[in-house]
Amino acid sequence: MSISSDIASTEAYVPDVPTLDLEEDAVRGSGAGPWRRAWLLMRRDKPTIIAAVVLILVVLSSLSAPLYAEYVAASDPFRSNLSARITIDGKRVKVMQASTEGLGLGVTPIGPTYGTQYFLGADTQGRDVAARLLYGGRNSLLIATSATAICLVLAAIIGITAGFFGGITDQILSRILDILWAFPVYLLAISLSIVLLSHGIVIGPLEITGDSLLLPIVIIGIIYVPYVARPVRGRVMALKRSEFVLAATGLGIPAWRILVNDILPNVSTMLIVFVPLMMALNIITESSLSFLSIGVQAPDASWGTIIQDGQTLLYTRPAVALAPGIAIALTVLSLNVLGDSIRDALDPRTKLA
Amino acid sequence: MTFVEKPILLDVNGLTVAFATDRGPVTAVRDVSFSVREGEILSIVGESGSGKSVTLLSLLGLHDRKTTRVNGMVSFRGRGILDLSPGELRSIRGREIGLISQDPMTALTPVYTIGWQIAEQIRAHERISARAARKRAVELLGEVGLSNPQEAVDRYPHQLSGGMRQRAVIAMALSCNPALLVADEPTTALDVTVQAQVLDLLLRLRKDFGSAIILITHDMGVVSEVADRVAVMYAGRIVERGETEAMFESPLHPYSWGLMGSIPPLAGPRLARLKSIPGMPPTPDRIGEGCGFAPRCAFARAACLERPPLRKIGTQAALCVLEEPERAALRRTVLSAEELA
Amino acid sequence: MFFAVLQRLGQMLFVMIGISALVFLIFFATPGSDPAARLAGRNASPETVEAIRKDFGFDRPLPVQYVIMMNRLFVTQDLTSFVNRGLRIVPAVAQAAPVTLSLVAGAAVLWVVGGILVGVVAALARDTLLDRGLMVLALIGVSMPVYWLGEVMNLVTQSRFHDTILFSWVPSLGYKPLLTDPWGWFKTLLIPWFTLAALYIGIYGRVLRANLVEAYQEDFIRTARAKGLSPARVMVRHALRTSLIPFVTMFGLDFGVLVGGSALLTEVVFGLNGVGRLTYQALLNLDLPMVLGTVMYASFFVVLANALVDVVYVLIDPRVRES
Repeated sequence: MSISSDIASTEAYVPDVPTLDLEEDAVRGSGAGPWRRAWLLMRRDKPTIIAAVVLILVVLSSLSAPLYAEYVAASDPFRSNLSARITIDGKRVKVMQASTEGLGLGVTPIGPTYGTQYFLGADTQGRDVAARLLYGGRNSLLIATSATAICLVLAAIIGITAGFFGGITDQILSRILDILWAFPVYLLAISLSIVLLSHGIVIGPLEITGDSLLLPIVIIGIIYVPYVARPVRGRVMALKRSEFVLAATGLGIPAWRILVNDILPNVSTMLIVFVPLMMALNIITESSLSFLSIGVQAPDASWGTIIQDGQTLLYTRPAVALAPGIAIALTVLSLNVLGDSIRDALDPRTKLA
Repeated sequence: MTFVEKPILLDVNGLTVAFATDRGPVTAVRDVSFSVREGEILSIVGESGSGKSVTLLSLLGLHDRKTTRVNGMVSFRGRGILDLSPGELRSIRGREIGLISQDPMTALTPVYTIGWQIAEQIRAHERISARAARKRAVELLGEVGLSNPQEAVDRYPHQLSGGMRQRAVIAMALSCNPALLVADEPTTALDVTVQAQVLDLLLRLRKDFGSAIILITHDMGVVSEVADRVAVMYAGRIVERGETEAMFESPLHPYSWGLMGSIPPLAGPRLARLKSIPGMPPTPDRIGEGCGFAPRCAFARAACLERPPLRKIGTQAALCVLEEPERAALRRTVLSAEELA
Repeated sequence: MFFAVLQRLGQMLFVMIGISALVFLIFFATPGSDPAARLAGRNASPETVEAIRKDFGFDRPLPVQYVIMMNRLFVTQDLTSFVNRGLRIVPAVAQAAPVTLSLVAGAAVLWVVGGILVGVVAALARDTLLDRGLMVLALIGVSMPVYWLGEVMNLVTQSRFHDTILFSWVPSLGYKPLLTDPWGWFKTLLIPWFTLAALYIGIYGRVLRANLVEAYQEDFIRTARAKGLSPARVMVRHALRTSLIPFVTMFGLDFGVLVGGSALLTEVVFGLNGVGRLTYQALLNLDLPMVLGTVMYASFFVVLANALVDVVYVLIDPRVRES
C-alpha cells in the first residue's frame, strides 16, 4: 500500500491562498458598495488616518489665516512693515534690527519670537512670516485643488472621447497628447508663464491680468492633462472591448447608455484615485513655479514665494525658508500616503502615465 | 500485495501547512500522508483550493518561510526535507526533484533563451562548462520531442508555442536526471491534442529516465490514462486513496463518486451533459468539525459532523462514515439514477 | 526592420515639429499682445519693436513666421537676446550644456544605484520594519521640493556646519570645469548630486520594490527557485532582470527631461550655470528669445532620450525585438 493510513483528521479547512486576510476578504466580498468597502479598508490603516488628520489640520489652519493675521499676529502680512516695533519681555524691539553680521550695515529682520507676534520672525519686508505662511498655504491649496479639478475634467473629456469614439478622433487627440507628453512639464509651464505673466491674456471679453491667481491655476491645470488622459483613454478602450459592453452593444443598448452606465462609473473611480496624487504633484509644481517667480505674484503669497523670500535670509534667518518647505513636505507626504491607500482600496491597477 | 514492490522514494507523513495572516494562522493542508515508490506515477486530484498545490510546494520547500508553518514529516530517500538547511534543500531542488509548472506561458523567464535557462539549472548543480551544458540542453530538447533542438535552444520562450514551451519546461525539469518529477497540472493550459502528446511524453520519460512522477490535476481523464495510484483531496485532506483501477471501478467516498462520474471519455461518443457535483467547496467561514464534504453530500447525516473514520477495502481507504453494505447500496442507487438521466 | 527605423525617425521628427510649433504658438500667437513687443523685452524703443516686426515677419502669416523663427534658431543660428544685447542664443546654450550634463549624469549614477539598492533591500525584507522604514524614507524623498532640499543642504554645508570636519571640504557655490579641475568639479557637484538624486531614489526605489514584489508572485520565479538556484541568483538574474525593463524606460525619460532643463531648480539653488539657470535668468528678464532657445534645446533632448529608450528596450527585452 503506497498511501499510508492515517489521513484522518477533523480539523478545519481553509483554501490555499497564501496571504489571506479574512476580514478584508469578507469586506470585499460583502454586499457593501465600492465606496463603503474602500472606507472600511482604509479606516483600519493607521498611516491613512494620520495622513488624513494632518491634512485636515493643514486645511483648517490655512483657512484660519485671516483670523490669525488679525487677532494673533495683529499685522497686515501683505504690506511692508519696516518700521514696526513689538514688545518682547516688556521691551520694545524693532522688527528690522541693525545687522550684527559683516560690516554691521543694513538691517536683519527679527528671528522667530515663538510668541503671538512674529512667531516665525519677519521677512525682508518686515512682514509676519507665520501669518504669510497661513495665507500662503491657503493659496497653495486653492491653486492645487482648482488645478486638479481642471486637469481631471479636461483629461476625462479627452480620454473618454478618444477612447470611446476611437478612429480618427482618437488618432488626432492621441497625437496631440503625445506632443504634450514629450514636452517637459516644467518647460511647458515656464513657456506658458513667461508669456502670460508679462502681459496677461485677453480672450474675447475675458481679460486676465498677469498677477491673477487664475494664471497659475490654468497653467498647472493644463500641463499634467496627458498624464491622466492617457490612462483614462486606455481604460475606456479596454472597457469598450470587454465582454459586458460587447454584450450590451449586441443587445442593442444605445452607446450613450453604455457610456453613462458602464464607462463613466469606472472612469470616475479612476479619477478619484488620481485626486490626491495630482494634488501632491500640483502643490510641488505650484511651489516650484512660485519659487521661480512665475507662479503666484507679489504681494500675494504661496509656500513657494515665501521660500524664495527666505532665500536671501537663508543663513541669517533660516526659519523663513524652512517653515514653508516643511509645510509642503508634510502636506505632500500626507497626500501621497492617502493616495496610495485610496488606490489600494479602490482600484489597485490605476497608475499615472 | 503480492508482487515485489519497489523501494519507497518519498514518504509524507502528517503534513500540515498553515499560513500566518493578519487574522492569525490559517491551515490549508491538514495531516496529509502518502508515499511514492520509485518509478511510480501518483496522481493527486481535487478541485482548485483543495490544497494540492500547497502540498506540492511544501515538498520542494518552496513555501515562504516567513509566513508559512509546515509540520509533519517529508522524507525523500530517507532524508527529512523539512529539517534541511536552505543550502541542502537547494541541492535537492532541481537535481533530485524536478518541478513542472502548470502554465508554460509564464513558467519560463521571458528574457533568456530556453537553452540558457536549461544550462543555468545544470550548472547550478554540476561542474560543467557552458559549452557542455548547452550540448546537454540540445540533447534534452531532442529527448522531449522538439523537432529542431539545435535551433530551439536559442529561442526565447515567447517564440515557442504552448506545447513546445511545456516540452522545454519538462526538458529543464529532467536536466539533472531527477528521481522524482512533480508536475502541477502540466496539461491544463494546453490544447486538447497537445495535452495527449504531453501525457504520452510523461509516460515515455518514466520508462526512459525511471523517474517517479507526482501528477497534480483536476482532470479525471488524465488520471485514468496515466496514474498508478490516486489520492483524492478535498478541503485540505486526502479523503480517499487507492490504486487507479480499483478507484475507478468502485470509489468509496461519495465525493469520489461524483469525481469519477465526471470524466469526459477521451474516445467514443461524448455524453450529452457532463455531471457536476452540486454546491461549492467550503469557504473559510464555514469551517466544520466533521467531514468537509458533508454540506454537499447527498447522504450526509448527523454523524458526519464528527470526525469521520478511516475505512479500508482492498487497496483503497476513505474517510467516511458510510459502512458496507449501506455504502454499496447507496452507490447502486446513484448509478441507476445516472443511467436514467 | 528598415521600415521600422524609418517609421521611428518619422515619429521623432513629427514630435520635434509638434513641440516647436507648440512653443512657437505659445510665444507668438497667444492673444492679448504684440509678439514683436514681447520678443523685444521690457523698455524696448518703438524703433526696435518695429525692426523686430519686420525682421521676424510678424506682419506676415503665421506659417511664414514659424519658418523664419526656426531658420534663425537652427540654420543660421543668429537669434540674439534683446535684453542682453547681442548675446547669441545657440552658443550660450551650448556653453551651458556641459554643466547641466555633469549635474544630471552624476545624480543619475547615484539615483540608479540608490534606487536599485532601496528597491532590492525593501523587496527582500518585505513587510519587515526595514522595508517600512525604507519606504517611509523614499516617500519623504518624493515629498520634498527639490529646491527646498537644496537650500537646506546649503544651510547645513555652507553655513551652519561648514566649520565642522564633516563639511569643511564643501567649496562655495558655483561650477568648476571637469577638464581643468576634476577634483574641484567633483567636490562642487557632490552635494547637488545628492540633492537632485534624493527625489529619484525615492521614486525608483518605490517603483522597483513594487515591481520586484510583483515579480516574486510570478511562475518563473517559482521555476527559478525550483531549479535549485541561490536566492541571490534568483533575485538578480531573474526578478531584478525582468523588473529592470520598466525601470529603463523611466530612466531614459527622466534623464532626457532633466538634461533638457528640468534640473533648473537644482541649478538655481546651487548657482550652477547650466541650461536651467540660463532659462531662469531669461525668465527673470523676460528674455523671450533665450527661453525659446532653451526650450527647443530641451525638447530635442527629450525626443532623443525617447529614441534611445526604444533602442535599449530592444536590447534588453527579446519580446520587443521582433515587433
